[in-house]
Amino acid sequence: MSSDGCGAPAGGISVSAATGSQAVVEGRVVHEGSPVATGYARLLGTGDEFVAEVPLGDDGGFRFFAAPGSWTLRVLAPGGLRAERSVEADYGHVTKVEVSL
Amino acid sequence: MSRSDVLVDADWAEAHIGDPGVVIVEVDEDTSAYDKGHIPTAIKLDWKKDLQDPVRRDFVDKTGFEALLSERGISNDDTVLLYGGNNNWFAAYAYWYFRLYGHDKVLLLDGGRKKWELDSRELSSDVPERPRTSYTASEQDSSLRALRDEVLGAIGKRNLVDVRSPDEFAGRLLAPAHLPQEQAQRGGHIPTARNVPWSKAANEDGTFRSDDELRTLYQTEAGLDFSKDTIAYCRIGERSAHTWFVLHELLEQPNVKNYDGSWTEYGSLVGVPIELGDGR
Repeated sequence: MSSDGCGAPAGGISVSAATGSQAVVEGRVVHEGSPVATGYARLLGTGDEFVAEVPLGDDGGFRFFAAPGSWTLRVLAPGGLRAERSVEADYGHVTKVEVSL
Repeated sequence: MSRSDVLVDADWAEAHIGDPGVVIVEVDEDTSAYDKGHIPTAIKLDWKKDLQDPVRRDFVDKTGFEALLSERGISNDDTVLLYGGNNNWFAAYAYWYFRLYGHDKVLLLDGGRKKWELDSRELSSDVPERPRTSYTASEQDSSLRALRDEVLGAIGKRNLVDVRSPDEFAGRLLAPAHLPQEQAQRGGHIPTARNVPWSKAANEDGTFRSDDELRTLYQTEAGLDFSKDTIAYCRIGERSAHTWFVLHELLEQPNVKNYDGSWTEYGSLVGVPIELGDGR
């Protein structure tokens, strides 16, 4: 995980200027080296409180505009595949996460 | 009405693919999901392009709804089975919308697109052609829809259920965390509203929790007084349609309205009371 401001993530989503001041968490999900195009990424707060969920893109990509703070990222995919990561979000940063199932 | 009259599971849907009396409809905000693959025989409705007036902020009117359903080949006698992404937010919205215009033979697929995908069930890219019909809608049922003046008058009197995430309720975010933060002029919530995020009504696979769990959630945990009328709201009325479905259709509460103007309207009104901070 890194949070290095601007630049396109591995998944190929371009980060527009509009995200510059927002707290972005984005990344990509892979399984055995290939992008997971069917699946869901959900962002959870303290106590597993649901915050948001997105379907993965064709490249396994996902993006959230979170509030600053600590979050849990959970990924669900067919076949019972799942993974969890802790992530930090802050205004003006793009936190990138690569998840391998 | 009971749960089995309004909600069906994926096995039921699979068994009714190709049933001439059942029209399966995928409803999404982003219809590219449908274009990539959908339940075989399903047609699509675009939440925005098809169901919203292109100029005013409102629904398509009765005539527009009739034209839409006629063009998509849905007749008054058809059973319409709705499903969609985002844990059925927009499908629940469409369900509420169909009911609003008097189409009572409407069902929601439990778990929506997500459960279907996580179960690895068949998806098709074939777009069916349905012959045109001549659909007749009823006048809007105003007992299901709340407008802003009614919401203002309900403060402190009726149950107001804010179904957004705790961060949106508190005023820290203006939109769900998967969307850019824009829209309303102010953050916060309507005074006296209880925060019961829509997600608490759903399991991780998008299916609804059991009736007992739902009653505990709204009555015991959130303290809703079921002897009072209820108005649910969110940001644009789609997540609150999900909660409207739970309260009105699954728990059979008689007087529940969806305020589809929701926070994008309320949070931009001049002079109305707003409360900040976390729920109690």
